[in-house]
Amino acid sequence: MSETTRATALFAAVFAMIALTGFMQSWNVALLILNMGLISAIMSLGVNLQWGFAGLFNVGVMGFVALGGLAVVLTSAAPVEGAWSAGGWRIVIAMLAGAGTIVGTVMVRQRMAKGRARTIATIAILAIGFFVYRAIFDPAVGAVEAINPALQGNLGGLNLPVLVAWPMGGLLAAGVAWLIGKTALGLRSDYLAIATLGIAEIIVAVMKNEDWLARGVKNMVGLDRPVPYEIDLQNTSSFVNRAEGLGLDPATASSLFVKLNYSILFSVVLVIIFVMAQLALKSPWGRMMRAIRDNEVAAEAMGKDVTNRHLQIFVLGSAVCGIAGAMMTTLDGQLTPGTYQPLRYTFLIWVMVIVGGSGNNLGAVLGGFLIWFLWVQVEPMGLWLMEMITAGMPEGSGLKKHLIDSAAHMRLLTMGVILLLVLRFSPRGLIPEK
Amino acid sequence: MDLLNALVALSNFVIIPAIAYGSQLALGALGVTLIYGILRFSNFAHGDTMAFGAMLAVLITWLLQSMGVSFGPLPTALLALPFAILGTMALVLLTDRVVYRFYREQKAKPVILVIVSMGVMFIMNGLVRFIIGPNDQRFSDGERFIISVREFKALTGLKEGLAIKTTQGITVVVAVICVALLFWFLNRTRTGKSMRAYSDNEDLALLSGINPERVVMYTWLIVAALATTAGVLYGLDKSFKPFVYFQLLLPIFAAAIVGGLGSPLGAIAGGFVIAFSEVTITYAWKKVLKYAMPESLEPSSLVQLLSTDYKFAVSFVILIVVLLFKPTGLFKGNSV
Repeated sequence: MSETTRATALFAAVFAMIALTGFMQSWNVALLILNMGLISAIMSLGVNLQWGFAGLFNVGVMGFVALGGLAVVLTSAAPVEGAWSAGGWRIVIAMLAGAGTIVGTVMVRQRMAKGRARTIATIAILAIGFFVYRAIFDPAVGAVEAINPALQGNLGGLNLPVLVAWPMGGLLAAGVAWLIGKTALGLRSDYLAIATLGIAEIIVAVMKNEDWLARGVKNMVGLDRPVPYEIDLQNTSSFVNRAEGLGLDPATASSLFVKLNYSILFSVVLVIIFVMAQLALKSPWGRMMRAIRDNEVAAEAMGKDVTNRHLQIFVLGSAVCGIAGAMMTTLDGQLTPGTYQPLRYTFLIWVMVIVGGSGNNLGAVLGGFLIWFLWVQVEPMGLWLMEMITAGMPEGSGLKKHLIDSAAHMRLLTMGVILLLVLRFSPRGLIPEK
Repeated sequence: MDLLNALVALSNFVIIPAIAYGSQLALGALGVTLIYGILRFSNFAHGDTMAFGAMLAVLITWLLQSMGVSFGPLPTALLALPFAILGTMALVLLTDRVVYRFYREQKAKPVILVIVSMGVMFIMNGLVRFIIGPNDQRFSDGERFIISVREFKALTGLKEGLAIKTTQGITVVVAVICVALLFWFLNRTRTGKSMRAYSDNEDLALLSGINPERVVMYTWLIVAALATTAGVLYGLDKSFKPFVYFQLLLPIFAAAIVGGLGSPLGAIAGGFVIAFSEVTITYAWKKVLKYAMPESLEPSSLVQLLSTDYKFAVSFVILIVVLLFKPTGLFKGNSV
């Protein structure tokens, strides 16, 4: 089977499964899977950029996805009245003081000769800087969080259209990725993995605890959306007439219509990113990246700047994850920092890339759809399986209840088994790199 | 007197919890560092191995309790520990046979093994949630305190109280025993020496007739014992919750790297470095400073450098600083 037929067949199979969900369960579920599948495909394209192209082992995907979500709030939410005058600017000043401390430390360390004096100076600057930062920061945060704490207590956003938030999510993730890359990219592969794992935890911890930013675990709900609201559609007579013409009741039709709109928007983004990634892969830049991945020393000997190229692709890949994160938060209509978990937002994306085929963009996209489909559908399948197994057991037995209750955890098990099977029997993925 | 009160408060809130936590981290980090030294990859499934071992201990404890067996003032879980270790050993040997051995024979790159361990992590995580569910489980019984605040106050007449939980005492004692046994094994027995030789120089070890599969098997057995013990001690001290063990992965790795990956002594030192920094940086120092400083200088705020929610940030910053300035860790670890 040639490469193209294989890829076409695999994609056809995945979309057939999604369509089957539409026929057997409901089209609502099918479209939900499709929409999150599109987002997952973008995330796995981002990871594929880093891992497939450049061999960078980033297990901090969750952090960049979360930053994308944060960007939605900071861009599209309405500004909270009086928050900026109450303490917003002082928070900015505190941040600048903090950044200044770090820049100052780095400069002092560069200027001074190595020795005890330098160590003392470093510690002194850091300590003074920290206390100055806290002295400005704490009261400012208190002032902001005191504004209408039941509903607001945050700075709010820029009130821009929500579609602007998607590229902003990419930018925010890219900025943070640049900072991280500058410090951590020199590390060996498994050190980098652990460093990025930690960074993701820290980013989510910041989003959970800094209420002035996006209300932390109190969540931001009712975010803007780029598509019409169901209730408005149901009150539009032309829409209701057309839905009835198709034989649908207005409630179902409106929810399908909204989801289809999202699907179209997400598909456009996916196609743009996919084409760009494909062009990058085939360009001299992409060949250089793969050369660096395959033999760092040789590439360096050829005069390639390995560190800077790594930084570049780390930032690019993280930006793609940030865009996907912003899209996901827009789809949900809310930002809930408590729901970001590494198994779901980091390691699952890795399963997608590995299963799809690392180094191959088409493979990454396929992995995104396939694994997301399974992630959603394994639960009902597991439940069904458990009901089959326990069918013979007496009603009300403890074991039966336990088994049926645990069906929900089948999905983790399944993902692990799929990952191991692919790694063992088809280590280059379903659509291997050319 | 005031200084004494300060000292007691310091021990109660910082030193004792940090020692217990540090011992748990050290046991976890020892497992990570042994795998890194012998099998040469970072095992992402280690946190979930701990969870699995602890889960077995919880189940066996419940079984023992239902049979009316108890361990007097000590928690029943200690009786369950050996059985849990055996169960975990069976599981890790099985995963090694079914999963890891294939890649060892292929001489796969370490990063591939890391990804493989991610798959094992998913499976173990799923298994634990499948069997015991994702919720909190309390399984500690027996005496709660070695010395409680009230007893201590009555004993010394100090204003500040000092409490030592039984679990904290047990943690330290068990950890000391484990570490002593491990070092005796590594330094005195033939198998232990062959393990160290294999870790130092694989080719030379093979040349001198050491059987690599045997070394690997013993490593997994020891790792299973360490991980289960660490998991049970942590679960006794806090409470058993599957997801928490996954989150422990970060401080455990930080401890192993700070000490120097592959160095057992480093793992122990690293565990305590991480634990003490986490606790001291996230502790509100007001109470201690109130006693230690003259009244005029008494602090008005809590004097908490970072909120407790950022304890991950602490281990992370230490990790980065060590990696940037001393990449092989405090005790020269080997780097592949």
